[in-house]
Amino acid sequence: MAHLTSRRGLLFGTAAVSAGALLTGCTSNESKEDPAANEQSAADDKPGKAVTIGFAGPQADHGWLNAINENAKSRAERYEDVTLEITEGSNDTAQQIGQIETLINKKVDVLVVLPADGKALTQVGLKAMRAGIPVVNLDRIFNSPQAYRCWIGGDNYGMGLNAGHYIGEKLKDKGDARVIELAGLDNLELTQQRTKGFDDALKNYPNIKKVARQAAEFTVESGQAKMAQLLQAQSNFDALWNHDDDQGVGALRAIEQAGRDDFLMVGGAGALSAFQAIKKDDGVLKATVLYPPTMAASAIDLARALGQGKGVGGLAEFEIPASLTLYSAVVDKANVDQYMPTGFK
Amino acid sequence: MTQPVSPPRGGTDKMAPVSEPPAWRALVFRADVRTLSLLGVLAVLIVIGGITKPDEFLDTRNLQLVLTQASVIGVVTVGMTFVITSGGIDLSVGAIVALASVWATTVATQEYGFGGILFTAVIVGVGCGLVNGLLIAYGGVVPFIATLAMLASARGLALQITDGSTQVVTIEGILDLGERDAYILGIPPLVLVFAVVTIIGWLLLNRTTFGRRTVAVGGNAEAARLAGIDVRRQRLYLYLLSGLCCGIAAFLLIVLSGSGQNTNGNLYELDAIAAVIIGGTLLSGGRGTITGSVLGVLIFTTITNIFALNNLQSDVQQIAKGAIIVAAVLVQRRTAHTT
Repeated sequence: MAHLTSRRGLLFGTAAVSAGALLTGCTSNESKEDPAANEQSAADDKPGKAVTIGFAGPQADHGWLNAINENAKSRAERYEDVTLEITEGSNDTAQQIGQIETLINKKVDVLVVLPADGKALTQVGLKAMRAGIPVVNLDRIFNSPQAYRCWIGGDNYGMGLNAGHYIGEKLKDKGDARVIELAGLDNLELTQQRTKGFDDALKNYPNIKKVARQAAEFTVESGQAKMAQLLQAQSNFDALWNHDDDQGVGALRAIEQAGRDDFLMVGGAGALSAFQAIKKDDGVLKATVLYPPTMAASAIDLARALGQGKGVGGLAEFEIPASLTLYSAVVDKANVDQYMPTGFK
Repeated sequence: MTQPVSPPRGGTDKMAPVSEPPAWRALVFRADVRTLSLLGVLAVLIVIGGITKPDEFLDTRNLQLVLTQASVIGVVTVGMTFVITSGGIDLSVGAIVALASVWATTVATQEYGFGGILFTAVIVGVGCGLVNGLLIAYGGVVPFIATLAMLASARGLALQITDGSTQVVTIEGILDLGERDAYILGIPPLVLVFAVVTIIGWLLLNRTTFGRRTVAVGGNAEAARLAGIDVRRQRLYLYLLSGLCCGIAAFLLIVLSGSGQNTNGNLYELDAIAAVIIGGTLLSGGRGTITGSVLGVLIFTTITNIFALNNLQSDVQQIAKGAIIVAAVLVQRRTAHTT
């Protein structure tokens, strides 16, 4: 049975990735496994006690959020000892609270929650913990450490920092270098963190000055509109950091429409289209800093380890850590092949 | 003592119609003052842009950019002007743009090429407009509710079709229309479409029976019915027209952004309504002006452009945008009253 299940998982993953490859017309990569299957599991793969994991995820209205749900599902399918109780994704706080309460009532063993709003869902996190259900808090963090057993998420500040250092290294020998920033939704805290990290990194390079910053809305349409204006406003600059690869599709379109190629661009998040553009290397996009949706697969690993009372393979501790911050790696032409399978559409 | 006072009063009342110009001339004159005040606002903005960023703002490319960015929402606004003139409202325009754009880019992308995308976008727009129109005209559903329902379901469907991912268009024929060297006599193709839609919209509203019926339905639907107008059919046509404009706008957005996404057309309904109201169309219906609506759109786009050129952040932009909406309407009211 074990073989059957895992083979089915593998087949499913393969079919999904091949379909994606057909659609995008890029089939250069050899490895054809599902995104999460590439890395080592957090806990060991040996089947253990059966665990039911409740997953309350976001509404997939954005490529990255969709990838979060897909990663969680495909990872859970890999484990024959894991049953995934998945709720319909929601961006509505009240609705998500209701969904999590349903999962508590169903007495799932572990909960994985990516809250629509971390602060607003803290109470229901506390409720689950009090009911004896450990919570793995994914990405958007709860207000109180009592509301979760383990937090795993990305590093927004680190994204900015690494993007800044990458650009800094590329431009360090250039006198009076000019840099611009196309930010994401300005009313999200994560956007401020990304900008703060970027600014802090640039402080290390006194020859570089950030001359403009505009906020888009994480959408292709806003990316195109804001970038078109930025290009008109700045007749010359050396580098651009764009917070999000989805709005980057629009930004690249605006750059193409303006016929500009006199600068280098660094993206953010790790979309498949960005990886493909970096690999092709025929445009301004030279790198992207990761905010990997594989964190959802890792959250399933951690939830399973929690349910089975295991630690994390490769660490001395008997328990899983209280928090895990993913690294915002810089993906450029040199390492893009390695990350290609994790790219989301 | 009171009696001798009253006859002169009656006398002035009788005098009034004689001293005032005919109603149609007053209307035309008032519309001109409105248009002039809008042009004034636009002129002030251009002066501000020219002073703060002379090199970047007064550049031909920037003019093309402003007009291009105005095109998509501009086409939607022309349709919205008709709906509001008839006393209705269409809250679903942004969602219809989103649905039409993702449908066109998924169903038609690789397989049917340029024509397929254009056709699908327009058909989906018209289809949504048809549903709106049938619900409102024959189902007796209030426009606010019917189009609110369409907003929700069209966005949901757009999300379902895309699964949240961005549909990138790879057909060169489509992308070429949005390139920098695609100008026809220095005018970007998107702007040409916007101009054509505006001219057709103006003729339709001001020079045809269809336009007169629209105004009549908005002024007094019961009177219009008694005058022999098929009010229900007229309403159906109006929402179809709005849907058609959304379909065209969706196609323009595909050309502009090279993709379809379920977040396309976000908050278009509010931008379009704001532009129509600033333009001088009555929200209660009975009076509409295409010129005003288009000037409203241009004012908004110019503001955004000036802010971006001066590197002002989005929070400042939003505050200023709100202030300018209020200022524009106040100025307009004042000029309208003094004439």
